[in-house]
Amino acid sequence: MALELKDVAYTYSPGTAYEIHALRDINLTVPEDQFIGIIGHIGSGKSTLIQLFNALIRPTSGNVLCDGEDIWGDSYDRRALRSKVGLVFQYPEHQLFENDVLSDVCFGPMNQGKTREEAEVEAKKALRSVGFPEKYYSRSPFELSGGQKKRAAIAGVLAMNPGILILDEPTAGLDPKGRDDILGQIAQLREERGITIVLVSHSMEDIARYADRLIVMNKGRIVYDDSPREVFTHYQELETMGLAAPQVTYILHRLKEKGLAVDTTQDTVPGARDTILEALHAAGTQKEGRADV
Amino acid sequence: MFKDITLGQYYPADSVLHRLDPRTKFVGTLAFIIAIFVFHTIPGYLVATVFLGSVILLSRIPPKIIFKGLKGVFMLLLVTLLFNLLLTPGEPLMQLGFLRITREGLTMAGKMAIRLIYLVTGSSIMTLTTTPNQLTNAMESLMRPLKRIHVPVHEISMMMSIALRFIPILMEETDKIMKAQIARGADFESGGLIQKVKNMIPLLVPLFISAFRRANDLAMAMEARCYHGGENRTQMKPLRYDMRDYIAYGILGGFLLVAVIMRVLS
Repeated sequence: MALELKDVAYTYSPGTAYEIHALRDINLTVPEDQFIGIIGHIGSGKSTLIQLFNALIRPTSGNVLCDGEDIWGDSYDRRALRSKVGLVFQYPEHQLFENDVLSDVCFGPMNQGKTREEAEVEAKKALRSVGFPEKYYSRSPFELSGGQKKRAAIAGVLAMNPGILILDEPTAGLDPKGRDDILGQIAQLREERGITIVLVSHSMEDIARYADRLIVMNKGRIVYDDSPREVFTHYQELETMGLAAPQVTYILHRLKEKGLAVDTTQDTVPGARDTILEALHAAGTQKEGRADV
Repeated sequence: MFKDITLGQYYPADSVLHRLDPRTKFVGTLAFIIAIFVFHTIPGYLVATVFLGSVILLSRIPPKIIFKGLKGVFMLLLVTLLFNLLLTPGEPLMQLGFLRITREGLTMAGKMAIRLIYLVTGSSIMTLTTTPNQLTNAMESLMRPLKRIHVPVHEISMMMSIALRFIPILMEETDKIMKAQIARGADFESGGLIQKVKNMIPLLVPLFISAFRRANDLAMAMEARCYHGGENRTQMKPLRYDMRDYIAYGILGGFLLVAVIMRVLS
């Protein structure tokens, strides 16, 4: 399934003194099987944008289409859409409410009309794929650590088997280890199930590492929509929006200024390492060549 | 989802009325309410209308927004009118079965309508031009004499301002949790009463947990900053009367005086 946003705009409290234009002129397509990163400064409209994806809010103008059908059409089943487009909010652990973890994860699938037994099968599958330890299944979700709560909450959405999974800063408030674990599992999910992932993040490093496509938001508009590598070549423009490119981008640009022939489009640490080594090696052989003469 | 609820309906604008000391506005609203009950003749109501009209003009708030407050009391207004119209004894004008409209009833109903409308309009101008926090400050300051008889004035006003501060936070939280649960397929709309209450559990449990967590955090933060009640506590922005406040008090005094004189003379 694919989502399409056409000339979408969204305004909070229209017609009052508190009117805020959160989104303007949004045109974009979310196709099947893609890892999309969304980045933007606070207040740039990211959170509003992802709520449009599963019909939690209705655009002030423009259309949201799912497989070509307008999701705000009269006969459109928006509840069914919401189980196809899973949305994990920021701090999803604040939505936990059941007596035990397993029941909480079952909430979504049971709302889809599954029996408790069927829901448990889905729940266990989801909990396994986010790496939630089985011994805690019957614990109260409120006794878990922050990282485990987050996993349980993500599993709660995943158990509904969405075709598109949207995550709003899923790693906020986690330590680096927990962050890498969760993001790694999300990337793995995509490989296993072939679902589209939309990841809202503040970390350029994470986006560079996992995303195929990067959407940059600024003041309610889409500024860039391209591969992360391509976007990061605009690192100076990103800075004017209060954003930045990954740290390796800066290192590579500095090295290039100093005369080392590195590939500045590399945006991950291993990629940077390889291009630096290669450049050093090339410089080395050049020197040796000269020494021979 | 909750944007229609206006609690603390402050309307930001730059006007004399917004800049007035909140105590002046509070006392002024009381004076206005007293005055509209003192007036009882048509010239009297004309004076009140002129007064209210100039205040509305001064506030720079679109009249549309001011009169929106009347919608909420429409039913009350209607009931009061009907009762006054039908139940006041006196010289009969019309008889419809057992319903009788009297001349006295008609004038009484008219007066009540004017009074109620002016009362609601007057007090909404106060709440529209004053932030809830300013209002609690004003009340704390005006109730200070009650401290003598051991009324915990500071504590009451602190509780009020915290409660007011938390209303938008908790509404936002409710909205967020609601959306998160809707995203998981929750249904808050359909079903009978019992089903609806049951459906609220996924909303209420996280909401209560979050409210308690926030209360705990706030208590901790206040304690960390050595809060220990109102004793010897000063304010960052103490309320201070300005020239315009004295002028406003002067105008109010004159207005009340006119009301009393007209009442005595007629």
